[in-house]
Amino acid sequence: MSERNRALALLAAIWAALILAPLWMPLLGGFTALGTRVLVLGLAAMSVNFLLGFTGVLSFGHAAWFGLGAYGCGLLLKFVALSTPLGLLGGTLLGGVLGALLGALIVRRRGVYFAMVTIAFGQVFYYIAFQWSSLTGGDDGLRPFYRQPLHLGIAVVDILHDTTAFYYFVLVCFACAVAAMAFILRSPFGRTMLAIRENERRARFLGIPVEMHIWIAFTLSCFFMAFAGSLYALVNNFADPRGLHYSQSGDFVMMAVLGGMRSFWGPLIGAAIFLVLQDYISSHTENWMSFVGLFFVLIVLFFPRGVLGLIQRKSAS
Amino acid sequence: MSLLKVENVSKRFGELVAVDNVSMTVEPGELRAVIGPNGAGKTTFFNLISGFLTQTSGRIIFDGDDISNQLPARRVWRGIARTFQITEVFPELTTRENLRIAVEVAAGYRTKTWLSGNADGEIKARVTDLLDMSGLVEKADRLVGELSHGDQRATEIMMALALKPRLLLLDEPTAGMGDQETYDITQLIRKLHKDQKLSIVLIEHDMRVVFHLADRIMVLAEGAMLAEGTPQEIARNEAVQEAYLGKAA
Repeated sequence: MSERNRALALLAAIWAALILAPLWMPLLGGFTALGTRVLVLGLAAMSVNFLLGFTGVLSFGHAAWFGLGAYGCGLLLKFVALSTPLGLLGGTLLGGVLGALLGALIVRRRGVYFAMVTIAFGQVFYYIAFQWSSLTGGDDGLRPFYRQPLHLGIAVVDILHDTTAFYYFVLVCFACAVAAMAFILRSPFGRTMLAIRENERRARFLGIPVEMHIWIAFTLSCFFMAFAGSLYALVNNFADPRGLHYSQSGDFVMMAVLGGMRSFWGPLIGAAIFLVLQDYISSHTENWMSFVGLFFVLIVLFFPRGVLGLIQRKSAS
Repeated sequence: MSLLKVENVSKRFGELVAVDNVSMTVEPGELRAVIGPNGAGKTTFFNLISGFLTQTSGRIIFDGDDISNQLPARRVWRGIARTFQITEVFPELTTRENLRIAVEVAAGYRTKTWLSGNADGEIKARVTDLLDMSGLVEKADRLVGELSHGDQRATEIMMALALKPRLLLLDEPTAGMGDQETYDITQLIRKLHKDQKLSIVLIEHDMRVVFHLADRIMVLAEGAMLAEGTPQEIARNEAVQEAYLGKAA
């Protein structure tokens, strides 16, 4: 199979699996809500990877923008307006705009220094959410708020009680976000991101203002992340300071690396593996993270390109 | 008007004076070679012109404008393109993609998220032209990191050329190459200079290449300018023979 055909086959398989998930997941002992979580956390991992895998910049504090999206969405639904689309918009703007502002301060840092500064920013927001109980609910999290029915003009869709309808709502949101990501990555701007990942010095001496392009990529990634965080607030009807914590950032990076950070869909696969393992093992032992960690170490040692990288390599040879 | 005027430029790293009060003028269409023993400050001199480093003192005038304090990207936009002693390419992208990025940036599309069919067609045609010129057509869809050293070097030169530079800086284009590769690269540079009237400054260790290509030669030793002149003048210069050519012979 040519490379192009293989890519199309993978694309078709992923979309078929996602569209039909409410049909096949229960047969394998899964449930639709797990599929919804895979979509949302998968989108978050893909947003981290937009920066990590395609610009070569590792942010270890991306949960900050995820959590801010969740709080933004929750606060809007709780205090301002009973509207799911407005909640999504508000959460996305809160995380995205703050990400853009703080990103401007740190784009000159590289490698480990960049990662450390992003962890620090993430922890700042974690402690704000943790301490500001009157607004955020502190350690107990932000509640109560509920995702609202969608008014589509001709019909009203109850996404609060109908888990299948909610799954498809999240799938549509997911599809729009990843389409935007793919569109950007295939554009001239997306290719400058690859150029920076491949060789920053060459990129600079082609006339690419590297810091500005990293900032744009970082900002886009924060918006995608905050959008995923907003969806996560709708999934749980709850926002939690732990969603901002650096261990959450670490989970996203793990998902991306597990699935394959050089491939577009890798992080989604990584998120699926992560969540299924978590779901399955945590029903047997509370030390589920040890097993996920072991699996992660094995993948990194033996298949550094991740699960999807492995599959693609296999079918190529 | 001269294309490039370097005026009394120095670069110090603490106690070390890497480039010591060097001046150079390059006319449009000229091919200038910069030679000198190892550690003479040739690459540092290049880094000052391209903006990779900032001079401690002195001025750099390009096409009548003072560019001494401009960032590298801005100097590229003005028309200064360079290659590096250690080849700098995008190893995990194909030759075609490497060139395409350079062509798109040169066309001013670097922040575009969408190209019209026309623009896309023009970009592709330009990439094809560059591939034809470089003789890399058969290797267009291979990853650059898998190509031979010579082909990677040719790719880097073509990327610099894709920027449609007015001044091309080549840092040891034949370093680490076999005879055939050296010959091919030399022919390519000669073609760019003779056919396209491109102004080129090159650092080179291989004297056959230097004397074959250069209109004028500047000799650096221990950071300072030792001599400047036509290849014939440099070959006759006793100070140069002592400092450099003598040792090589």
